Amino acid sequence: MDELKKTPLYEAHIALGGKMVDFGGWALPVQYTSIIEEHKAVRSCCGLFDVSHMGEVFVEGNSAFDYIQNLVTNDITTMTPGRCRYAVMCYPDGGAVDDVLIYKFADDRYMLVVNAANTAKDIDWMKQNVMGDVVIRDESPLWAQLALQGPRFEEVLRAAGYEGEIPAKNYTFTENNIVAGVKCLVSRTGYTGEDGVELYCAAEDAMKLHAALMEAGKPIGMLPCALGARDTLRFEASMPLYGHEMSAKINPVECGVDFAIKFKKPAFIGRDELIKPAARKRIGLKVVKGLAREHMPVLANGVEVGFTTSGGPAPSLGGNYAMALVDVNVPDDAEWTIDVRGRQLPCEKVELPFYKRG
Amino acid sequence: MVPNDRKYTRDHEWVMVEGSIAKMGITAHAAEALGDIVYVELPAVGDETTAGESYCVVESVKASSSVFSAVTGTVVEVNEELDGAPEMLNEDAFGNFIAAVEFTEINEAELMDAEEYEKFCEEEA
Repeated sequence: MDELKKTPLYEAHIALGGKMVDFGGWALPVQYTSIIEEHKAVRSCCGLFDVSHMGEVFVEGNSAFDYIQNLVTNDITTMTPGRCRYAVMCYPDGGAVDDVLIYKFADDRYMLVVNAANTAKDIDWMKQNVMGDVVIRDESPLWAQLALQGPRFEEVLRAAGYEGEIPAKNYTFTENNIVAGVKCLVSRTGYTGEDGVELYCAAEDAMKLHAALMEAGKPIGMLPCALGARDTLRFEASMPLYGHEMSAKINPVECGVDFAIKFKKPAFIGRDELIKPAARKRIGLKVVKGLAREHMPVLANGVEVGFTTSGGPAPSLGGNYAMALVDVNVPDDAEWTIDVRGRQLPCEKVELPFYKRG
Repeated sequence: MVPNDRKYTRDHEWVMVEGSIAKMGITAHAAEALGDIVYVELPAVGDETTAGESYCVVESVKASSSVFSAVTGTVVEVNEELDGAPEMLNEDAFGNFIAAVEFTEINEAELMDAEEYEKFCEEEA
């Protein structure tokens, strides 16, 4: 594990008994006690995640707006300072470089939060596509990011001593908040399908902030949560994960994130390909009995029509589910099966997302 | 912790022999390493098993793991309760068998007793 990158919270994970794994070159916990317990804590109460491995890339300059408009699928015209927006960076063939969260500070200053394993690749791509007066700056090592997720997140923030404004609306953020004496940018965002916030602070303040939030959350039963629960939560909420539901070979239209693709925008990288009708679509399957994982063949009426992109249990719903990328022409009422080690497991086609917050 | 009424494999399975029947399961150490178990792909009565080969797949939240047979023979009973309650393996791995096999062959030399197995786990860690 010594050669792996460590987040500023590495020591906290060890102290909390985290089961450490190699996650794309980062030493991060996959669980502390139980993935299912951690998952349920987020749905019913609150959970605290270290997501400091995510990349923070700043885009600044007079051309920042035009540059990002060209770089991503979503339209940032309607973004005002203090707003966040999900978007996808595509290659000219429509394949996804990465999916990103854009934070707007000013017309000439934005932050893109990118997937950890893609950070270097993303920055290369962003630099290759520079236009006009724009500076791309990787600040990833300077920042720690904590995700506080679950219906009772606000109580935890208050108990930790929150000075400032908690962002009221989803996909907004506030700056210069003081949480337990630590200066934080706080956004009403997350990757769990639950209400909550993500807090960005200086890397050197991370241990202090984490300890304070842990202490504040203890009385209500908040749990530290790790990568395993992060994956089951996002899976259950059917949020795409880069490298699974979306990739260089699976474009965002196929992935079904239409809300983040704005063809009204006259030009952006990948637009010419993405506007063509997609041959594949992402669907949800409930496995009647058994369990399927990613990259397993999906059959409709006995004919292979695609493959699973993620699969596993949905702890809040009970039962096992899969997301799959399949031929768009297959009728919904087909007899669906997933080929698991040569056995055909019957499935029911179900709507995405599997889980929707009540 | 590790019961001394049975034998153990290097893949963290247990086998308890009574006459010509071998009851098999996974150890608490294996269950702990797997984490929350959410599905057990059980063999069927009548299936043939081969010593050292997989006869069952245990699915935890994160991974699929093969369970290897300690004996060669024919499955005569499976623990159907695991079908609806796979978490029983997490709760009591030694108290819940996966399958019972009427065996023709058992490689005793490959198996460890409780003391040897405990030492083996320590060395592995």
